[in-house]
Amino acid sequence: MASASIPVYNRSNNPLENSSSQNDPSVTLNVPLGAIGRVEKMGGASSRGENSYGLDITCKDMRNLRFALKQEGHSRRDIFDILFRYAFPLSHGLLLFAYLSQEKYEENGWSVYKPMEEFRRQGLPTDKWRITFINDNYELCDTYPTILVVPFKATEEDLRKVSTFRSRGRIPVLSWIHRENQAVICRCSQPLVGMSGKRNKDDERYLDVIREANGTAKLTIYDARPSVNAVANKATGGGYEGDDTYQNAELVFLDIHNIHVMRESLKKLKDIVYPNVEESHWLSSLESTHWLEHIKLVLSGAIQVADKISGGNSVVVHCSDGWDRTAQLTSLAMLMLDSHYRTLRGFQVLLEKEWISFGHKFASRIGHGDKNHADQDRSPIFVQFIDCVWQMTKQFPTAFEFNERLLMTILDHLFSCRFGTFLYNCESARDTNEVRSKTVSLWSLVNSDSTSYLNPFYTPESSRVLYPVASMRHLELWVTYYIRWNPRIRQQQQSPVEQRYMELLALRDEYLKKLEELQLTDSSPNSSHLSNSSASNAASPTQHINHLHTPF
Amino acid sequence: MFDGRVLLKQVILLFWPLISTWVQGAEKIDSCQLQVLEMLSSLGSAGGKSAKPSFVSYVTPEEIKSEKEPSRKEKHPDLLPGEVVFCSASTVLKYTQDDLSQRGVFGVLLCTNFRVSFVSDEEPTEEMVRTLFKNKLYGENDIPLSCVDNIYGDKRKLITGGLVKNKYPSKMIIHCKDLRVFQFSLSFSKEEDAKKIFQGIVHHCLEPKSLRCLFAFSYCENTSPNRKCVGGLFTKLLRKKQTVMFDSVEDWTQDMKRTKGNCRVVSENSNFELSPKLPQYFIVPKNVSDEDLTKYQGKGLPMWCWSHHSGCALFKTASIPLVQEDNVCCRMLTAVAHNHLYSVKTEDLSDTLPTVQDILLSYNKFKQFFLIDNTTEFWMSDMKWFSSLDNCGWLDIIRQCLQKAVEVVESLEKENTNVLIMEEGGSDLCCVVSSLVQLMLDPYYRTLLGFQSLVQKEWVAGGHAFLDRSNHLHLKDKVESQSPVFLLFLECVWQLQQQHGPAFQFSETYLTVLSDSVHVPVFTTFLFNNDGHRDSLLRAESPHTQRSPLNCPTVWDWSVQFDCKAQDLFTNPLYTEKPKQDTSVRKSYRPRHLRQLSLPSSAFKTPPKKGFFKDEADNLKKILGVKRLSRWMLSPSSDSPQTSSSVREFYEAWQTKPLDYHGLLLPCLDGPSIRVWMQRYLRWIHDVQILGGGPVAMLSKVSEILGEVQELQRQLDRHGCTLTSNHKGARPRAKTAAAVIAARSSVRLSSSFPFVTSRNWAFKPAIPTSLLQSLMVTGMPGNLADREDDGGPESLV
Repeated sequence: MASASIPVYNRSNNPLENSSSQNDPSVTLNVPLGAIGRVEKMGGASSRGENSYGLDITCKDMRNLRFALKQEGHSRRDIFDILFRYAFPLSHGLLLFAYLSQEKYEENGWSVYKPMEEFRRQGLPTDKWRITFINDNYELCDTYPTILVVPFKATEEDLRKVSTFRSRGRIPVLSWIHRENQAVICRCSQPLVGMSGKRNKDDERYLDVIREANGTAKLTIYDARPSVNAVANKATGGGYEGDDTYQNAELVFLDIHNIHVMRESLKKLKDIVYPNVEESHWLSSLESTHWLEHIKLVLSGAIQVADKISGGNSVVVHCSDGWDRTAQLTSLAMLMLDSHYRTLRGFQVLLEKEWISFGHKFASRIGHGDKNHADQDRSPIFVQFIDCVWQMTKQFPTAFEFNERLLMTILDHLFSCRFGTFLYNCESARDTNEVRSKTVSLWSLVNSDSTSYLNPFYTPESSRVLYPVASMRHLELWVTYYIRWNPRIRQQQQSPVEQRYMELLALRDEYLKKLEELQLTDSSPNSSHLSNSSASNAASPTQHINHLHTPF
Repeated sequence: MFDGRVLLKQVILLFWPLISTWVQGAEKIDSCQLQVLEMLSSLGSAGGKSAKPSFVSYVTPEEIKSEKEPSRKEKHPDLLPGEVVFCSASTVLKYTQDDLSQRGVFGVLLCTNFRVSFVSDEEPTEEMVRTLFKNKLYGENDIPLSCVDNIYGDKRKLITGGLVKNKYPSKMIIHCKDLRVFQFSLSFSKEEDAKKIFQGIVHHCLEPKSLRCLFAFSYCENTSPNRKCVGGLFTKLLRKKQTVMFDSVEDWTQDMKRTKGNCRVVSENSNFELSPKLPQYFIVPKNVSDEDLTKYQGKGLPMWCWSHHSGCALFKTASIPLVQEDNVCCRMLTAVAHNHLYSVKTEDLSDTLPTVQDILLSYNKFKQFFLIDNTTEFWMSDMKWFSSLDNCGWLDIIRQCLQKAVEVVESLEKENTNVLIMEEGGSDLCCVVSSLVQLMLDPYYRTLLGFQSLVQKEWVAGGHAFLDRSNHLHLKDKVESQSPVFLLFLECVWQLQQQHGPAFQFSETYLTVLSDSVHVPVFTTFLFNNDGHRDSLLRAESPHTQRSPLNCPTVWDWSVQFDCKAQDLFTNPLYTEKPKQDTSVRKSYRPRHLRQLSLPSSAFKTPPKKGFFKDEADNLKKILGVKRLSRWMLSPSSDSPQTSSSVREFYEAWQTKPLDYHGLLLPCLDGPSIRVWMQRYLRWIHDVQILGGGPVAMLSKVSEILGEVQELQRQLDRHGCTLTSNHKGARPRAKTAAAVIAARSSVRLSSSFPFVTSRNWAFKPAIPTSLLQSLMVTGMPGNLADREDDGGPESLV
């Protein structure tokens, strides 16, 4: 049980592998057990036909595997039992692989994110915003982190009162502050308005305090949901901030659909790309999945948030519970606004902060180690977010320090259960299960080998706000992720542009060195100090000179 | 010069009735006068009535008076040699395209014999003056007359020529063939002026005219000898030494030798005795008899395109409608088969590819997605973008052409059979497919000059009817023959280029500019239907009939349009030349054979279905005698599913080998791989410009470093250091855009670089409007869309 993956020999009838497997019958596949979503037996004892009897494995990473087995000897039962048991350890009272892994890395990824440090980087606390430890024992809100930033004017008592009016106690807290104009992004869950249209003076005052903090006339509340859904939520006790009750606030619905819609959309996408890319009317099929339209809506929502902030207005973002769509919107807006998050380390901080610490329900959405593949709580919200990031890196190829490989690695380990990073639903659960002490962080892997996740084209531009174009004209399907299991999609280690760039960089260095050497030989030893350009590297000139053929 | 011309025109206009009678009798007449008269007479005839109304309609005494005022003259754009202003109107409002608001700039709208031009009243700011990628012939507010696609009036009513009477719309929208959209308001101008300019523009842009009226002729007559000398030396060098024009026996012989072809150069048509429709010079299989050369005006003659290193070759032909009794097509086929190992495969493109009308229809739908009048409309259409794209079929046509080319490549490369492609005229899809095949197989054609030579060979000499296909003259009887076939070819090249960037020496920008140049009526390249047509017209138009024919520039004289710095953007910084050590190792090195697939050693192994063998020839001749060509020909795609799977296998086999950019290149034809040519189609649409992003952000970094490397190289060279060429081909040679890019590093590049600079952009992001209306999530099981994310406890059960 030392390994989380099963190297298996594909004796499958997978149509994609057919032609290649004729030449090379032993194809090695590596599938992390964590990526397995469902294992099924196909065919029974009476099955006829070559490949009708075997195992069918549905993976969470956009592929299905089929293994044809021989009927004699009941070999299938053993492999099925083992797979089922170890692919879904939590359903069988076993530990997730992250707790068994003995991996050692130079870097400790758990030290990447320190909330206090991150808030200090943003310039917090200020005279308007303070840091509170009210949630130290997860008493105010069990799905929030322990350290929160709230308006200076709001007392701990106020926070408690507000928490009664916000779904699951997820009160509006500061997520990001603009250094110059002091506009803030706050995140929370929906207000508990209900059918009767309840009001809560504390909540109303609290939002107004947020508005006041940088002295703008209006606070913009972005409700990520379509307005119909927000209205429907009243029936279950939720709702939205009414115009009449929240005086100095405007409410904007961003029309992003719920987790179920996203799940179905990705399912449809998988249908048209796996195992074969839909041939006829590819574009219409793509459109019918709505996947890119959802991406467009999420991105344009984030653009609106970022635009408001740039204009100096504070915003509050929420959806229903404030852990799915809200996390998408705030983190994307911050990626647009704050160049720090576009660095390799900064991006890790962003994920740790907006997704992990603020309680995106990774365990429920991914279903780590859980056999219940039809669980309605599962949804590719985080995959969708990473896709949005990819779209941004595609549109701004020089603005991000990290490369596509990082995004792919993150998604692979979102499922793999090899690292503790994406396990559990919130910080309190992670504390209980001692994730930090008993598992390795994904960032340990990444930061121990950071060069392979760097984008050579990265050009830091610190003050720049990135607005991607949220038009279908520019959104593309992330072929190298969603269709990567198709052998006809060429998997290039490096894009040709990158390859050429690296070649040229190497050539430049080589020429520079040559030139330096030449300058050294040209100048006679006693005048070498005159060539100041090469002074820094002239420590041991004799070594270089030896290699060169001098005309004298 | 100019003043005199205008004055002369005015004089002629005023005394038109007198002069016209005089002209008819006059033998010799100044070319300048003839020019004007030509224009006037065409104007008159177009109206279908006497010359008088149209004369009145656009030049009046008032205008002549006002033009004499110096203040008005300043409002002209810098006129080109031979350019004459027809009419103008002041206080025209040009809307800024970005929004629905009525904001705009006032200025003078003019119509000349070359362009519709808008000259802003506002003083150009310093920033605007240093436009980086400036076309020397026309500016950003100029529309060459042939570039006007459609004109719309109020309520988006399509204006068609001839119907314009005394009315004029208050708002005029001009859609250009290079996809720019201009909107002018005429409601602030004097009524007379507005009427004149509207009618003038409609007349000169939409109504039939004679070829002589195209600007090229007056431009070429009037380009001063001085200018010719300065530019001429350079351009001559370019022409003679580099771009092969295929207008001489030597050019053809050279190309055949280069590919080790073994055919026969025909020079019997050098004065178009055989047929004016045939190229001046061409190559046919050795076995074609002199007798057959003269038959059927060249129809059915297999014209050599390119020879594969194995000896087999690609031929194209115009199909003969019905086979005559003398079995000509049988003889032709035998002749082709004789070229190499008696194997031949034929493909009638008329049967398997869309017709030129299909191409036009599809493109007309496609281009509408980019001719954006207002942003609301644009965002409304955004949600349905993919399906609209699918429905117009343009990408599919591109795919089909590429696929056909791959099929031909497979026959040549894998089966080593001769291939004869045919279609009715032999000069549309034959040109597309044959040029694509050569691009895929022969790296020479992926160089800048190689590509230009390819266009000369297959399209210009090959007799593609550029004039009819673009219908520059708006002839009513040519409306049917209009079709963007050449653009389709460029689209296919772009697909190849975006899939295999480093294989091409020229850039995306080059292709975009080339596609625009088709609509600039200055270059002889695109003005004629074939060699014979060009020859006869240029000869006839020469002012001095005794001397050489009129010398017009070809499009390859890039200095006519762009200065050197701008031309640097035509090269691709990713391109590297073939590593040099190969040549030093063995002299007989042939660059295009590096990537051979494991081939059957002889064509005799190919399945009989695909090739013909000597002993079958008699049998074959029997079939040949009676049936239509296209019938008996074993058209590979008659059983298309099989073919496409064979193509797929061919592609997959190729793909498993390491990629060599100097070897065989095949395109991936899967759905996601065929894309929209963003630079060409989205460059003018403000809302989709990625400010500071797009592929150019990366490419400019490559160019930057390339510039540094070149500078270092120069320094090293100065030190007398001979750099050995073992740098994996990375040693750059071509001049690049590095300097240009470095100079503008302060300017933020956008995804529409270099066509639009970022100066005017607001920093406001474009926020899609009308989102929810268009995204209706339907067909969700159990109303999932209405459900709660982490619903009530009931859903958790």
